[in-house]
Amino acid sequence: MMDLRELYQDIILDHGRHPRNRRALDHPTHLAKGHNPLCGDRVTVYLAMDGDRIADVSFDGRGCAISTASSSLMTEVLKGKTLDEARLLFARFHAEVTGGDPVEVPEELAEDSERLEPLTGVKAYPARVKCATLPWHAFEAALKGGLGDTVKTE
Amino acid sequence: MIDVRAIREEFPVFERNPGLVFLDSGASAQKPRAVIDGIAEFYRSDYANVHRGVYGLSQRSTDAFEAAREATRAFLNAADEREIVFVRGATEAINLVAHAWGGKFLKAGDEVVISDLEHHSNLVPWQMACQRAGATLRVAPTDETGEFDLAAFEALLSPKTRMVAVTHVSNVTGTMMPVETITRLAHQRGAMVLVDGCQAIPRMPVDVRAIGCDFYAFSGHKVYGPSGIGVLYGRYEALDAIPPWETGGGMITSVEYAHTEFQDPPHRFEAGTPDIAGAVGLGKALGFVESLGRAAIREHEVELTGYAVDVLSRIPGLNLVKGGQRQMSVLSFNLDGVHPHDVGTVLDQHNVAVRVGHHCAQPLMDKLGVPGTVRASFGIYNDRADIDRLAAAIEACREMFSR
Repeated sequence: MMDLRELYQDIILDHGRHPRNRRALDHPTHLAKGHNPLCGDRVTVYLAMDGDRIADVSFDGRGCAISTASSSLMTEVLKGKTLDEARLLFARFHAEVTGGDPVEVPEELAEDSERLEPLTGVKAYPARVKCATLPWHAFEAALKGGLGDTVKTE
Repeated sequence: MIDVRAIREEFPVFERNPGLVFLDSGASAQKPRAVIDGIAEFYRSDYANVHRGVYGLSQRSTDAFEAAREATRAFLNAADEREIVFVRGATEAINLVAHAWGGKFLKAGDEVVISDLEHHSNLVPWQMACQRAGATLRVAPTDETGEFDLAAFEALLSPKTRMVAVTHVSNVTGTMMPVETITRLAHQRGAMVLVDGCQAIPRMPVDVRAIGCDFYAFSGHKVYGPSGIGVLYGRYEALDAIPPWETGGGMITSVEYAHTEFQDPPHRFEAGTPDIAGAVGLGKALGFVESLGRAAIREHEVELTGYAVDVLSRIPGLNLVKGGQRQMSVLSFNLDGVHPHDVGTVLDQHNVAVRVGHHCAQPLMDKLGVPGTVRASFGIYNDRADIDRLAAAIEACREMFSR
């Protein structure tokens, strides 16, 4: 049995209680709502794109410690990234939490990828993986759908 | 009182999962040997398709299937075994009534009354039936103590009320509904009554004639039987007035290209090959429950519920959802500052199985102002030690999230 403290690390509890960038953007270029019907978690991800670059990113909503911390950490690492960089970070994160084939990231993204490392403890808790990936799926849906998509994780 | 230790011996799951504290019987109960072995034995010895078989094996299978119907009739104290329709579960039972009865009897301007404690399965079918008919869905409230508000309910009733559909025991709050009074008041206005008995049927004596309701629905898997089988009880005249819902084999008397004659209840509502072994397994489950005595089971569940309310009330930061004066075997709660999903994960790590989330009652979650709850629900194999383990695991959870 895995020690729960590896799942609920201090940094997760900190971001779960005091999430960064939890606010609606005034003038988003993209947004999408994520909904996990299983637990009722809802998250809205807002993006302000400047060409190919994420000028600002935020989220709003309520959820468990894992999904809130994941939303918070995601907004921190995504800010200022290009779309390709953002997609690469998600691909690597997704592979890590779902046990998929490892995804390499270039040197300049290594630090951001490491920031997401504490969340990968969910891979030992299959029922909770979706909590961690929910904001990322909403981010992806926002890119695809502009200003009006909803994505469900169940 | 029932002997919990002896009962646990009858449930192989506890032998295979040592240390498991199973507090999710409200979602689905574990299965006793009598059911597991009974189904296996039926498949080994007596299985063939039912009805219309001229050979001995098919007759034995039919006899076992129909014996389960009779056992169900006796369990509910229904007047006639033709009042027992086998379905997949309570969800299908309610959908059958909402579609077939609703399609014939629900008209524009009519009203259907439900309570604010309903599971989605006794809400969405009525919402849809009302939309199809141009009728209105009305919701009778529970008060702040978790008790059904009979005065508010009575005020909602009118000559437009055609159907009152309520749960017997809430799957979220454990509230026991005054279904006898509800039925009397509804009948005075000429409305029909359907009771969702999923949470009541495993825990207490149920007498459909004493309740007086027109329909009573329950699922086999919640009363220690297999999943995939359930029961719709319908007063014979009420059932006989309903046209078929699903059609096909087994439910007709004659078919021509231009016209079909249908069977009488219950077969009119049992199109296709039924879950034969499921019905046999349900019969075994009802026999097992009956052998323990339902009055004794109720006494056990009431005692355990009282103990759990006492123990959990003393945990700081734990908010219990109120379930009224006669709360039965289901407790919902939240911990300050901890999302129910996180509580569930910590409890699981302590081998305590509970359910977290909206419990298929999203409008009720909205009313309570929570995204979901943690729910512990009890069965005949639970005892005070299980509640103590739950309390200890909650304490560990509080510690984890207060650091």
